[in-house]
Order: sequence, then C-alpha cells, then structure tokens
Amino acid sequence: MTLEINGEVRVIPPVSNLLELLAYLETGQDRIAVEINQQIIRRKDWETTPVQELDRVEIVQFVGGG
Amino acid sequence: MGGVGVSYKLTDDPLVLAGRTFKSRLFVGTGKYSTFALMKEALEASGAEVVTVAVRRVDLSKRSGESLLAYIDTKRFMILPNTAGCYSAEDAIRIAHLGREAGLSNWVKLEVIGDEKTLFPDTDALLTATKVLVKDGFVVLPYTNDDPIMARKLQDAGAAAVMPLGAPIGSGMGIQNPANLRIILETVTVPVVVDAGVGTASDAAVAMELGCDAVLMNTGIAGAADPVAMAESMKLAVESGRLAFKAGRIPKKLYASASSPFQGISR
Repeated sequence: MTLEINGEVRVIPPVSNLLELLAYLETGQDRIAVEINQQIIRRKDWETTPVQELDRVEIVQFVGGG
Repeated sequence: MGGVGVSYKLTDDPLVLAGRTFKSRLFVGTGKYSTFALMKEALEASGAEVVTVAVRRVDLSKRSGESLLAYIDTKRFMILPNTAGCYSAEDAIRIAHLGREAGLSNWVKLEVIGDEKTLFPDTDALLTATKVLVKDGFVVLPYTNDDPIMARKLQDAGAAAVMPLGAPIGSGMGIQNPANLRIILETVTVPVVVDAGVGTASDAAVAMELGCDAVLMNTGIAGAADPVAMAESMKLAVESGRLAFKAGRIPKKLYASASSPFQGISR
C-alpha cells in the first residue's frame, strides 16, 4: 500500500492498523506521538485504528532542543 | 527576610511554578551538544531540574540510532517540550499537542516565531496559541519579548509564567533590556523566566539580580568550549544572582562613601 510517512511517499506491504504500521517501521512504542491525516491517534487506539491507502502519517519523538 | 540572626537562605526559597516546586532556578535546553554523553554530564553539572526538548519527526531510516531520552533520567529531570520551529499559532498548537501525546508532560514551552533571522516571537500568534493551549489544559510557558504589555496579556490569557528573551536565541548578547525586565517584574505576578540570549555567567547573574525567578538557556552552555564547566558556572551564577537580589544591594552613588572610620587616624 502507498502511504505518506513523515513527508515521504512510501510503498509498503499492507498493514491493517497503526500498531502494525509502527511495528513494520520499527519505531518502538515509547515516547512517540502519531498523527494520521492531521489527527493525533491516542496510544490506546493504535491497534484499532485502521491505516488506509494514501493516509498521511506523522510520527514524532523528542530530540534535543532549547 | 533579613534582620538580626535571620539571613536569607536559598534552600528556604524554592521556585514555585504552576503548583510545582523546584530547588533549581536554572532551566536548560538539550540542543546543540556534540554528543548525548556530553549533554548528560552538562545537565548534571547544571543542577537543573527542568530540561527542554524539541518535537521532531522520527528518522525512519535509522533503525537503531541513539535516543535522546536514553541520556535523560526522567525521574530526575522534568521534560518540557517546546514548539521550536513553529511560525504560526496553528503549528505551535499542533506541536504542543503532539508533545503532550508523547506522554511525558502537559507543560509546554510555547514558541511562535515571527522571523528567521532574529527568532523573535510573533506575539499576536503567541497570544492566540496561549489562549487555545490553556483551554486545552496545558501549562503554558510562553517565550516572549521584553514588552510588559505583552507579558500582562499572556498572564491574563492564563500563562503559568512569562519567559521574556534577554537577547536573540543563541546570540549570547546577554540581558539587552534590563529596564524592561524590571518593569515586567512589576507588571505580572506569575514567575518571570528569562529565556534566550544568555552567553556567560554574568548574564545569568544579572537576570537574577534584577529579580527574575529563573533563567532558561541552551546555547550558552552547549556552545561553550567546555560545556560541563559552563553548566556549573551557570548554576553558581543563578544562585549567586538570586542571593544578591534577596540580600538587598547597596545603592549606586556618584561619590565615595568611606568604609573605614574617620576617627582615630594616627598622624
């Protein structure tokens, strides 16, 4: 399936939910936040939130900053 | 405070901000360090209890990179996410929500930048974002300019503190407008945290001597030739400045006032 992930168009094997997508991307689950199509998806909903063709996914973390 | 036998003690005067108590009045950033290990050492040397972080995309090409949080003991340091890089209220609000969602804090250092060269805040957008985020349940610490009117508006909007800049972010120019900082201190009742522009110890001390409640810095420490030594220096400067403020300085006089007695001079 084709998704835009962190600004990059990617073709990946189909995943049915966000938890599966994160597992495929090997992001880990700690201290990250995720949006699909500009909506934040709460952690408790990752497994039940579907990922659909052409969804825009943003996955963020904390980095050094002032 | 003061009086016979009663001397001000730093330990009796913690910083109270949004209902939390802090022993350290120095907040530090985690950016610009050459290594995470160096950052960790500097953070420890600073004695800080609050550290800022930025919110950025995960680099999906790096399968096992080093993670910032592996070097920060979150039981010891409170993480304060910032909205650095946001040029609109909408962006800042979005990043604040993402930062909260990452699960460590509902506090946010709110930055809405108006200009790339100076990184001065867009105060209009800052005020808008403050109102929205306060309503959304955030503890908002807005990075603002040295305008007392703006400080008052931010306080009225529910900001938990105001964070006026000393000078442009990363400029090391020190406290450019001490007069306005004094007026801001008279204008608001929330804590005043000088944020940005501190370059060396005396800058931090000056901010605290004016009566500010805390100082936030990143480049001043991370950019120093020896960040760990500078972190310790800033810790001492903030404590020193606070002590000086509370100790009540002598007035400035045009002419001399002798320290030794006139009587009993042997001729």
